[in-house]
Amino acid sequence: MSIPRIRFEKRLSVPRWLPAASLIVALVLAMLTIAVIFYLLGVDPIVAFQRIFRGGFGSRFGLQETVTKSIPLLLIGVGLALAFRGRVYNIGAEGQLLIGAIFATGMQRVFPNWPAYLLLPAMFVAGAVGGALWAAIPALLKARFRIDEVLTSLMLVYVASEAVKYLVYGPWRGADTRGFPITDEFPAAAQIPSLASARIHYPTLILALLFAVLLYFLLARTKLGYEVRVTGENPEASRYAGVNYQKVALFVMVISGGLAGLAGMGEVAGIHYRLRPPEALSPGYGFTAIIVAWLARLNPLATILSAFLLGGLLVGGDAIQIALSLPAATVQIFNGVILLFVIAAELFNQYRLRLEV
Amino acid sequence: MLNEVLNFILAALRAAIPAGTPLLFGTLGETYAERSGVLNLGVEGMMIMGAVSGFAAAQSTGSVWLGIAAAAAAGTMMALIHAFASVSLRVNQVVSGLALTMLGLGVSGLMGKTFVGQPLAVRLRPLHIPVLRDLPIIGILLFRFDGMVYFSILLVPLLWFVLYKTRIGLTLRSVGENPAAADAQGVNVPLVRYAAVMFGGVMAGLGGAYLSMAYAPAWVEGMTSGAGWIVIALTIFAIWDPRRALLGAYLFGGVRVLQFRLQKPLGISPNLLNMLPFLLTIMVLWLSSGQAAKRRIGAPAALMQAYAREER
Repeated sequence: MSIPRIRFEKRLSVPRWLPAASLIVALVLAMLTIAVIFYLLGVDPIVAFQRIFRGGFGSRFGLQETVTKSIPLLLIGVGLALAFRGRVYNIGAEGQLLIGAIFATGMQRVFPNWPAYLLLPAMFVAGAVGGALWAAIPALLKARFRIDEVLTSLMLVYVASEAVKYLVYGPWRGADTRGFPITDEFPAAAQIPSLASARIHYPTLILALLFAVLLYFLLARTKLGYEVRVTGENPEASRYAGVNYQKVALFVMVISGGLAGLAGMGEVAGIHYRLRPPEALSPGYGFTAIIVAWLARLNPLATILSAFLLGGLLVGGDAIQIALSLPAATVQIFNGVILLFVIAAELFNQYRLRLEV
Repeated sequence: MLNEVLNFILAALRAAIPAGTPLLFGTLGETYAERSGVLNLGVEGMMIMGAVSGFAAAQSTGSVWLGIAAAAAAGTMMALIHAFASVSLRVNQVVSGLALTMLGLGVSGLMGKTFVGQPLAVRLRPLHIPVLRDLPIIGILLFRFDGMVYFSILLVPLLWFVLYKTRIGLTLRSVGENPAAADAQGVNVPLVRYAAVMFGGVMAGLGGAYLSMAYAPAWVEGMTSGAGWIVIALTIFAIWDPRRALLGAYLFGGVRVLQFRLQKPLGISPNLLNMLPFLLTIMVLWLSSGQAAKRRIGAPAALMQAYAREER
């Protein structure tokens, strides 16, 4: 029995059009695959796709919601693009988001009487610090004991999730919540302003866009960015070039964690105005952002586009969930299939593939 | 008082084995996959597909056996995706495994929609082992489980033997340690890796089936709730040895049990207790890292490295 061997020929030069073309082909193939899966599971793919598109992009309200959901995706996706560039697999952004939410909530509990111009920045800082600290745990374990960050960062998602539940069911449960596991509403000074008639908390959005540009320049133009890129492209060579791998790993982990923490702050203070159970705070932004990063080919600027696309997918996913009464996990099919095709497409950029049987 | 404590310990020990069984299946499979040099982070996805397929097949056909077969098949199909991506296409194994987990969680949710809340009509029942089952203490502790528990225990020495004492095992290990050398010896490296990854899929599928057909027995969306990730940590903890997989799986099974049984007597918040398995996983990884360094043993040398002949 023989497994078909695929022969790889390294491309000497990559045509300029190729990365974009392979990405588009990958997305089309991914959509076809998803359609087949839907069809096999008894969901009419045409109806489902229509609903998703109309839900996410087809109306003013849908677009507003899409932008709203793309805020955390962008913040986290930008950070993950940086981390993955350095081949540091921070898979625990979801947990870092939740700890950021806890820290921001805590800040507003400690200084409830501060005016907004002090309290909101303090909460943003607290959120970022929370996320960064949570990401520093796997980073230090990796640097110190060479423990794989994939598992530790992911385990900490579950721990963070239980921590949020513990707080909202226990010590932080509000006085006036009629038994619901939520905190009391934040004071007005602790609420991020939103665009009128929409849930777009624009200060967070501006922050996210700023970080996308900032990290793009950091990667492209600075020594630190160069070290991250070299580490990711060729860890062996980076060691000879005198790059301190542990420093790089710690740096990208802490930055990506801090950005996830900011996203958590944005959700509690920009959308909910309370701390809620984890599944109400985030429909898995931290995981969806992994696809945001890869879809952008780990380019921080391109994450602006991919975050918008996946934000729309989340909104559309909610729409089909309600309209076709599908389970919440359905969106994960999109996530998984898109991710598989996008990383496979990356290969075509680097190699010519020949099939040998 | 003493009697109560003894009873508590006995009951906890007894419950640890079924709670650890899905982990044992998964860890045994992942051990073989990683021994061939392929890290499969998709265990969670393969497991949950096994859980939903097993439940669906058993419920609609009324046959436990068909349920188990369907679970194994579903795990294998999922593993095949990872094998194709990581062995043939040589994509990043971390990302491919993650994608597999997402895919599994999504597809299982959609597949299981109609089964949510249904009691399973034909669950796995404890074997009736005459004489032994009536022994004091030991009878209750060891001889009243269902067939899958005993099957998973039997697999431990069997898989250990195959891995260390047979030609197949030698080939598998050589592919994971030095694929180029194995290739030079005439070993079909891709074939071995495909087989090992797919075996991992069968095992993860069975682990999932155990959850939905014996342990729960019910279908709940996302019911693996991180078990697949614990499996990956246990594989490291077990230093890729089936015998230690047994130890690790029951240890975590025990923690899972205590998590539920300690709530009332100690008055600790269930949420804090729920952190235990995950914190313990990190501890276990920490301990294994020190141990591995001391004994100079570690992961298969070619783990996560794609192999292509041209690059020799």
